[in-house]
Order: sequence, then structure tokens, then C-alpha cells
Amino acid sequence: MSTDLTGPATPGTTTDEAAVRKAIASTVRPSRPGPLSAALTFGWRGMLKVKHVPEQLLDVTVTPVMFVLMFTYIFGGAVAGSTGEYLNYILPGILVMSVLFNTVYSGVALNTDLTKGVVDRFRSLPIWRSAPLIGSLLGDSVRYVISGLVILAVGLVLGFRPEAGVPGAAAALALVVVFSFGLSWLFTVLGLVLRSPNAVMNAGFMAIFPLTFLSNVFVDPATLPGWLEAFVNVNPISILATASRGLMQGNAAASDIAISLAVAAGITLVFAPLTTRLYRKG
Amino acid sequence: MTPDTSPAIEASGLVKTFGDTKAVNGVDLNVSRGSVCGVLGPNGAGKTTMIRMLATLIRPDAGHARVLGHDILTQADAVRGSISLTGQFASVDEDLTGQENLVLIGRLLGLKRAAVKDRAAELLDAFGLSESGGRLVKTYSGGMRRRLDIAASVVVTPQLMFLDEPTTGLDPRSRNQVWDIIRALVSGGATILLCTQYLEEADQLCDTIAVIDHGRVIAEGTPAQLKASVGSATLHVRLIDPSQRIDAEAVLAKQMGVVTLESDPAGLSATCSDPTEAAGAITSLAGAGVGVAGFSLGQPSLDEVFLALTGHPPEEAETTATPTEARR
Repeated sequence: MSTDLTGPATPGTTTDEAAVRKAIASTVRPSRPGPLSAALTFGWRGMLKVKHVPEQLLDVTVTPVMFVLMFTYIFGGAVAGSTGEYLNYILPGILVMSVLFNTVYSGVALNTDLTKGVVDRFRSLPIWRSAPLIGSLLGDSVRYVISGLVILAVGLVLGFRPEAGVPGAAAALALVVVFSFGLSWLFTVLGLVLRSPNAVMNAGFMAIFPLTFLSNVFVDPATLPGWLEAFVNVNPISILATASRGLMQGNAAASDIAISLAVAAGITLVFAPLTTRLYRKG
Repeated sequence: MTPDTSPAIEASGLVKTFGDTKAVNGVDLNVSRGSVCGVLGPNGAGKTTMIRMLATLIRPDAGHARVLGHDILTQADAVRGSISLTGQFASVDEDLTGQENLVLIGRLLGLKRAAVKDRAAELLDAFGLSESGGRLVKTYSGGMRRRLDIAASVVVTPQLMFLDEPTTGLDPRSRNQVWDIIRALVSGGATILLCTQYLEEADQLCDTIAVIDHGRVIAEGTPAQLKASVGSATLHVRLIDPSQRIDAEAVLAKQMGVVTLESDPAGLSATCSDPTEAAGAITSLAGAGVGVAGFSLGQPSLDEVFLALTGHPPEEAETTATPTEARR
């Protein structure tokens, strides 16, 4: 027992030497978990963070909700003739924006783990070395779904009615989440290369913010100057927004869905191996 | 050679370079099972880099090492299966509760859902954290974090523990609590490699000490051997009149070991092999007409160890080793 100079020791706050000895006496090593089990454990860790640090999810969800309200009621009439019509146009796009904003936090979280030293412990464990990365992104995907559902709920309250009903909305959400899973590998690379969580956040939003605005999320690109329209039309975020609009209204073009998935797959193919290599190298 | 009788650590010629800096520059180290080896050195001496190589987090540029009989390069996975690492900055997740941290590590090591809850409760109890197990770690004091960190390192009892500066930044009471834990681990038969900046810590806890400077081992031995070469105690003297320091230095240099002038213009210190020498020295100072305002006898500090061993005080490396720095 340690000596307590300030008075009698409170039970449950001091070290018990005999108990420490007993606790380390057993040397039976359990058999190692499989790769999937290890990854799911990291996913569970991500869920716990949503529970304990809901502010983070809130941060990136409140902004898009504000955009829905502001754009619908301030610009809706001017841009689309009526707020109801504009809501139908903008909501699938805001869904895209909301979930994409969340991907930046995947990189921020990884960088936080690095700077705090938690990664050192994970890397010293006898587990599949990619488990922390894959598992965290799986956990993040649940966050993506939550933030998407919040936007859909706000839309429904304001009068948004997807013509393709629940299946259409679910398909759109699924497509956006899959795309975001791919995109988040880009931010995990930033998370491993940059020096602080704040730097990752700034660099991430510096990229994602203009890309989201220079898309068809808010306005029909036909109203833009030609050079800008050309860029907006090839911006993958525009294509994803168009696909998610199509899925919700029941008139999605297969090509838009295919391109969105292909972009996600392409980013994953390049940046997932890069992330893994940087992570393993330490 | 069976793994069970091989030494805990046998390293030879380990080198790691970051840019132009040789963080570790040819380290040889042998640690036998069931012993506690202290690695003593100032910030930036290469302690953390050495631990990270032995724990398979980074690959050495040259040299080789076996940990518990497994090669750190070709059998890294087997090494990771038998060690635990407690990093310099409490490597626990601040956004989870103490209990959740232990469950997380337990699950990752393969404990079953029910068993892991019991194990977490047992460890929280043993480490004096049962009251705070349900609280988020970000609300913990530094001492509680360290205790949780060490608890996380023994969720499944490792054959070798790496402890990187377990008490740096702790207040004396928390430090004593961490020392109690380490002593309990030692009496339970754990093998530990302990990095520290404090001679007192190495002296109290370790069977052998390796002193490291500029990425090299500059002295090795038991605490008794080390102190015999450095002097077992240090006499600190404060003079009434700073202008008499030069006279005091001459008196002490004649009677005692290495004399150091302290940053305080009225202060100086000297090493001695026997505390009774100090009493004689104080008497001689009075006899020489040097006015003494106060004196104290203490263990030699890391500075004095370095001065005695190398002839220069420890130089702090320019970069402080944050985990980010240590990675690069």
C-alpha cells in the first residue's frame, strides 16, 4: 500500500500491491483475435467516441442543417422560384455535403491518435496491422449514416418528399456513405503526413469546402459562366449529388452511379495502400 | 536455443538515424529474464528511439536484436505477442473511460467478452482506479493516467514490459504510487526495461543500469557500481558571500570528488563516496574562513552522473521528443 500523507486512504483510489502481484501472476495468453474481430473492436471504439464526444458529430451536422435552412428560405425563391422546389433540389446535395464533411474527421481522429501516442500502443499489439485503420473507418461509416439521417429528417420536417420513397432515400444514403468511405482514405493520408489534428482539419476543409461549393449541390450549373460550368460538370461531387438526387426521385442515371462508385474505388486503390504503408512504417 | 531460456533482450550495434541526427548510434544491450534494466539518460539521448526499435515500431538502420529469443526484424509479430509498451506520453484513449480502455486492449488481445469485463474490474481495483473506472480518461490526473497506462500493459501479462519514463511530469506522491506499482510488478517476477531521466528512479527500481548519451551506452553496471564511480552522495553548499566561492571550491576539491559550480552564484556542490566526508568538508570550510549559509546532502543528480562519466553536463537535444518527433 502506498502511504497517504493527507489522511486515511479512500478505498478504490490506492494501489494494492498484493492485488497487482496477483493480477500479473496468470500468464495464460488467450488465442489472438482474427483480423475481422480486431477491426470490429476498433469500430466499437469509434462508436464509443460518438457516445462520449457527440460534439464532434454535432459540429459537422449543424453546419449542413444551417445551410438547408438558410439556402431554402433565403435563396430558394430567387434560385428556383419557390422554397419547396428548391428544397427538393438542394436536399440530396446537402446530404452529400454533410457526409463528406464528416470524412475530414477520419483524418483528424487518426492524427489525434498519433500525436497522443495511442497508435504506438496499437502498433505494439499482435494484431492485423491494418485493423486499426479499417476498423476506424468502419466505425466512421456509422457516423456518416447518422449525419445523413439527420439531414434527411430535417428535410422531411421542412416538407421534402422523395418520390422514390424510403428505398430511394436509403439507396442515395448508401451511395453517399460508400463514396465517403473511399474519400476518407485521402484524409487518413493527410492525417499521417501532417503534424497536428488542427492542420489536418484546416487542410481537409480547405479542399472539401470549395469542391462542395464548386459543384451542383446548390445551383444548376447551366446558370454559371462557361468555364466554371465545365469544371462543375466534371467535379465528382456534382456527379455524386446528381446520382443521389436521381435515386431519391427515382430517375437516376446508371452512369452517374457507376462514375461515383468508380471514383470511390479509384481513391481507395491509390490511397488505402499509401495509408497502410505510412501507418506501418511509423 | 529455446525461447524460454534466451535472454529478454540481446541487442548489438543498433543504429537509427533521423535526417542528420544519429538518434541511436551503436547500442549494445543485454537484459536477462526476471530483471529490471534501467536506461538512464537526458532528453534526446536516444532512449525512446531504442525502445521503439526493440518494440518493433521502427526498424533499425543497422545492427540486430533479439527480444525473448525472437528477431525484431524477421519475427516482429512473435515479439509483439510477448511484450507490452507503455509510452512516454500515457498512451491511453482520452475519449474513453478507464474501464473501456482496458476492455479495448483486452478484446484486441483475444479475451472473450465476459472474461474481459472481469479482467478490467480486477485491474482497476489493483491499480487503485475502481472509483474512477467509469469516468472519461480526459478527467484523470497525470498519476491516474500513468497507472491506467501500466494497467493496460498487463491486461494479458507480458513476458517483457517496456516502460518509457513512467514518472516524468508527475508530482512526488503520484511518482511514489507508480514506483509502488513497478515494485509490485517486479516482485511478481516481471521483466522490465525502464527508461528514465532520474538516477534516483533507476537506483530504486533497477537491477542494472545502462547510461546512454548521444545514442551510445557510456556506462553499464549495477546501481552500486555506478554510484561507486560517481560518488554515492552529493554535498550542496550555499555560501553567505558569493565572492568566497573560489576559496570554497579549492577547499572542497582538496577533500572531495568532482566539484560543480551551481547556477546560483553562491552555490556549489561536490560528490563524495561517504557521507561522513561531507561533515569533514563543512568543518574545513569553517576553518578556512568561508561563511556557509546552508548545506544539504543528497543523491547525485543526472547532471552530476554525466559530469562524472563524461566530463560534461548532459546536453538536451534541440528537439523535445513528442511522439510526432520521435516518429520522424
